[in-house]
Amino acid sequence: MDRYLRIEDVGMTFETKNGSFVALERIDLNVKKGEFVSLIGHSGCGKSTLLNLVAGLIDPTEGGILLAEREIAGPGPDRGVVFQNHSLLPWLTCFDNVYLAVERVFSDKKNILKERTHKALAMVGLTAAEEKYPHEISGGMKQRVGIARALAIEPKMLLLDEPFGALDALTRANLQDELLKIVDKTGATVLMVTHDVDEAVLLSDHIVMMTNGPAARIGGILEVDLPRPRERLALAGERRYIELRTTVMDFLYRKQLKQAA
Amino acid sequence: MSAVPVSAVTVVPMRAAAATSGPHPAAAALAARADAVKAAKPTATGYRRARAPEWAMQLFAMLAGIVAFIALWEIVARQGGRIPGPAVVWKAAVTIFSDPFYSKGPNDQGIGWNVLSSLKRVGIGFGLAAIVGIPLGFMIGRFKFLSDMAAPIIAMLKPVSPLAWLPIGLLLFKAANPAAIYVIFVCSLWPMIVNTAVGVRQIPQDYLNVARVLNLSEWKVFTTILFPAVLPYMITGVRLSIGVAWLVIVAAEMLTGGVGIGFWVWDEWNNLKVEHIIIAIFTIGIVGLLLEQALVLLAKRFSYN
Repeated sequence: MDRYLRIEDVGMTFETKNGSFVALERIDLNVKKGEFVSLIGHSGCGKSTLLNLVAGLIDPTEGGILLAEREIAGPGPDRGVVFQNHSLLPWLTCFDNVYLAVERVFSDKKNILKERTHKALAMVGLTAAEEKYPHEISGGMKQRVGIARALAIEPKMLLLDEPFGALDALTRANLQDELLKIVDKTGATVLMVTHDVDEAVLLSDHIVMMTNGPAARIGGILEVDLPRPRERLALAGERRYIELRTTVMDFLYRKQLKQAA
Repeated sequence: MSAVPVSAVTVVPMRAAAATSGPHPAAAALAARADAVKAAKPTATGYRRARAPEWAMQLFAMLAGIVAFIALWEIVARQGGRIPGPAVVWKAAVTIFSDPFYSKGPNDQGIGWNVLSSLKRVGIGFGLAAIVGIPLGFMIGRFKFLSDMAAPIIAMLKPVSPLAWLPIGLLLFKAANPAAIYVIFVCSLWPMIVNTAVGVRQIPQDYLNVARVLNLSEWKVFTTILFPAVLPYMITGVRLSIGVAWLVIVAAEMLTGGVGIGFWVWDEWNNLKVEHIIIAIFTIGIVGLLLEQALVLLAKRFSYN
């Protein structure tokens, strides 16, 4: 299980009106089972494209991606995706939004499906809001529902596309802490796109730093050797944490500084 | 807003008088002003006092508009033309609406029957248009090829007056009633197709991505994502269709005859009962207004924002 997710020599070229646009070039990446990997880089570096490739929403123009020894051909519920803008269906309650996914994946009896849904929502602390509609709850709560929906289907892999990008700093920290707990508890394999250095260091086992696009590549992979469980406050002053943080900052703001991004 | 200065004035002198015993008159005046602001604020934002006048003003404006309209009508009527004044029309209306459902043969029925037969034609014609138009709209919205295929035809036929289709209807059905329904069908069809197709195209990619990552079946995608997402647009289509249909039915019935509010208008014109024509105009307007309001309520029920 050393190479649970294998991204092999992947390239992605988009055909646009102004000719072809090379988004990603020769990407090689392995993710172990149970590992948390972050993709970090400036906007436009193709990190979301890479995530969408793993999600199967787009197909690579070169190379291939394997998850648990099987080639990824199109999207499927073996990968749970959390989108940046929560993507809840506004006409369904929180419960029904999660139930939609649960019902698709498991073929249990109805009361067991419901039980699974309740459990997933309880995990993100939303039992009280189950019967609310998305427009009745806060942005942070919506994102929790999104996470519950992704986790409820017990995917092989969790794909997070800037999951907390649209939230305010306090809510974001809150949700990061909760995700940290959930990941520790479930041992999920996670690939997360982020542009938040602290988020990457706090949550990840490895941070994949991407060079600026077009034709973005992996500029370096940083191992985050901080012991788990991690504690935001305890880490804040720790020397190793600051070192790691500085390394990522150095990559982003010195080596890959983007002019007038 | 008019309540603000009044309450401020009543509060300020009392507080100012109490404060004059203090050492600094300027500070007291300042405090009094601050108090006035404080005192004025709850009044300005207080629900009961702020809202009632606004609501009353709106009602007053509406009534004023109606009164002005009736006055203008009275003035026009008194110029000695053939147009009956409001009083005459009112009297005739009381007679007509005291027995709206009488029936003395096919050409002499109460106004209630006339309105109902017109509504029935609109309902059938519109219903058929919805049955055809909504699925067509879905397909046109979903498949670009079909959309490109349909675009020039719809663009060309949409501006055609629905009445131009009436002779074709008469030719096809060889009877007045189905021809009128057919005209309603044609004029309701375009808004249904166009709005449904626009709705399908406007579905956020996020929702479709949810469907894709979960690998939902086509049927599930339709029932849980496409249909609810398009529903508000469809209701807009229904509203536009019914609005046009209600406009067109009057004209169509004038041409086809039978029982119906449009025919009734024409019949009363032949009888030279102008007050009845005016009653018919109001009746058509009020029924149209009620239809519109009912559909606005329906649209509110199914909007998710």
